[in-house]
Amino acid sequence: MAQQQKKTVFEPWEDPSEKPIIRFKNVTKRFGDFTAIDNLTLDIYRREFFALLGPSGCGKTTLMRMLAGFETPTSGSILLDDKDIAAVPPNKREVNMMFQSYALFPHLTVYDNIAFGLRRSSMPKADIPGRVEQMLRLTQLTQFAKRKPHQISGGQRQRVALARSLAKAPKLLLLDEPLGALDKKLRNETQFELMDIQEKTGTTFVIVTHDQEEAMTVASRVAVMDQGRIVQVATPDRIYETPNSVYVADFIGDVNLITGKAYPGTGEQVEIHWGEAQAPIRANTSKSLAAGAEVKFAIRPEKIGIASEPPQDAANVVQGKVLDIAYLGNISTYHVELPSGDVLKAQATNSRRISRRNITWDDTVWLFWTDTAGIVLTE
Amino acid sequence: MDLRRTFLIFVPFAWLLLLFLIPFGIVLKISLSDIALSIPPYTPQLDLSAGWSGIVEYFQALDLENYVFLTQDNLYFLAYMSSVQIAFISMVITLIVGYPIAYGMAKAPDHWRPTLMMLVILPFWTSFLIRVYAWMGILSQEGFLNQFLLWIGIIDTPLTILNTNWAVYIGIVYTYLPFMILPIYAALEKMDGSLMEAAEDLGCSQTSAFWLVTFPLSRPGVIAGCFLVFIPALGEVVIPSLLGGSQTLMIGKVLWEEFFSNRDWPVASAVAVILLLILVIPIVLFQRNEQKQREAGR
Ligand SMILES: Nc1ncnc2c1ncn2[C@@H]1O[C@H](COP(=O)(O)OP(=O)(O)OP(=O)(O)O)[C@@H](O)[C@H]1O
Ligand SMILES: [Mg+2]
Repeated sequence: MAQQQKKTVFEPWEDPSEKPIIRFKNVTKRFGDFTAIDNLTLDIYRREFFALLGPSGCGKTTLMRMLAGFETPTSGSILLDDKDIAAVPPNKREVNMMFQSYALFPHLTVYDNIAFGLRRSSMPKADIPGRVEQMLRLTQLTQFAKRKPHQISGGQRQRVALARSLAKAPKLLLLDEPLGALDKKLRNETQFELMDIQEKTGTTFVIVTHDQEEAMTVASRVAVMDQGRIVQVATPDRIYETPNSVYVADFIGDVNLITGKAYPGTGEQVEIHWGEAQAPIRANTSKSLAAGAEVKFAIRPEKIGIASEPPQDAANVVQGKVLDIAYLGNISTYHVELPSGDVLKAQATNSRRISRRNITWDDTVWLFWTDTAGIVLTE
Repeated sequence: MDLRRTFLIFVPFAWLLLLFLIPFGIVLKISLSDIALSIPPYTPQLDLSAGWSGIVEYFQALDLENYVFLTQDNLYFLAYMSSVQIAFISMVITLIVGYPIAYGMAKAPDHWRPTLMMLVILPFWTSFLIRVYAWMGILSQEGFLNQFLLWIGIIDTPLTILNTNWAVYIGIVYTYLPFMILPIYAALEKMDGSLMEAAEDLGCSQTSAFWLVTFPLSRPGVIAGCFLVFIPALGEVVIPSLLGGSQTLMIGKVLWEEFFSNRDWPVASAVAVILLLILVIPIVLFQRNEQKQREAGR
């Protein structure tokens, strides 16, 4: 895919000569004695589509508000284009924010809401209607232009907020859960529109989302946050395939976690001893581990195969009993109970109709995976 | 269910009927009567013992003479106009003084607000009359204000404030300020703070954000406050009587004099009916504003 091609080329964070557009340097933000952002250091590059992911209350909005200028860091500094922005008031920053609460002006129509920022800008008066209408078309709001915010639906309001923040085409656009209230189809369309806008205008996007799929689709990099700290920053595929911690592995997607003791073998090989009567798990890791170190083995359900016959020449095989099957349409997740009592999840695509499938509840099955399918985590 | 609703509607209607419509009917009737040296001091009186002919006679005796009289003497027209002017100017001053106070209250830290609110309402704890008398003590020639100004040396001779329209303005603005502050405060306080942030984010300075967002959103409060000041100020009696001078012409004062000095109840009633008609316009507008606000709030 062309898209994919482009993404692999676009890696400014790997290029030492590239200057970040935003730099957080040891930024801490406290509200009273509560620490919302804890000594955070982060670089975001021009033209990035940077996604912030994390549980509720971890500080995503606070991070955005500091960029927009509504909160000042308690300590540390934020640089925009190499200039410390602490003293720059919000209206002088080339940053626009879409508020999580939308913050639409209730006394203005949809049209005037979108035009609000343009009218305060240097844009010639004659160009404003064209730009507003373009935004209305983009967000499919043309027919609601004359309505007030309280006369439209929640999803429509969200789109007005999005259109209003996009209208000025700022250098940096902060979107706090921009698509949460939209249905899947509209959301997908808007995601692609956002990516398209970014291609055309070169705007840098920082986007907060609770939707992992969205982060995976649109983001150049994803930051996973926890309690005011950033746990991992990486491209979506690296976040998914090689999480650096149990927290990230568990937060992004579905994962099986097995606790055991690591016994390194030759090269990158490692054996993880777990459960009483279980054969050790064979895995690969680049980490240097002490023999007997406690580790967690993480493996995604779709990396585990399931079979009703013992498979030949698989690196890892365990036997179990089907406890539950979750049918998700295109795939099914099998919950398999091992003799030790642990439950592993395995996923298989539903290439056959249900009636023709051969695995069902209480069947004895074999789960298997290769030695590179999972990863070994120490934290 | 239906019975309950009927009852709920009935209560305010009964209230209105008992305390407004019936008294108003009586006043209207008196305004159509003629002055007489009797108790009560007007004719005709309804004489039911004369039967049907008595009732007919009674209604035939009613006429619009008193209203015609009001148009013949310039005094009444001038008094109405002067009242409207004083009420309007007082309303504007109250708005100019009250808005910043309400704004300051709404922007104050949460734990301060109940105290500030209390301070605004506090004057109501003493009698209105006592507070007006207190102003006489402050504003008179040898009052506190003049003494203070003389002491700091701004003036050499005492200012004459009491018994002028100045004193009336001061009195009205002082008395009705809480009625301006409270609705504006209510409107500002429920305003979402992120709206100001959004305006700034989109390129407004704090000042223009105020005029483009905060002020338009507080408009229902401003309108309510203006009516709450204008309507009672128009018919104000006590303040112009006690603080105003002989040249202070307000319809409330005229009304008072017609009733109690001249004992001309029919003319006084006619004055009252006209005053009410003048007030109906702003009252209807006020109701409209309230209704619009309620609809927008949904
Ligand atoms: N003005 C404030 N005063 C005190 N605490 C605050 C303030 N603003 C935010 N917090 C706290 O800081 C933490 C981070 O808040 P923030 O709004 O950044 O969370 P979030 O990651 O955006 O969450 P969500 O996904 O629910 O929007 C929360 O625990 C919140 O209670
Ligand atoms: Mg948030």
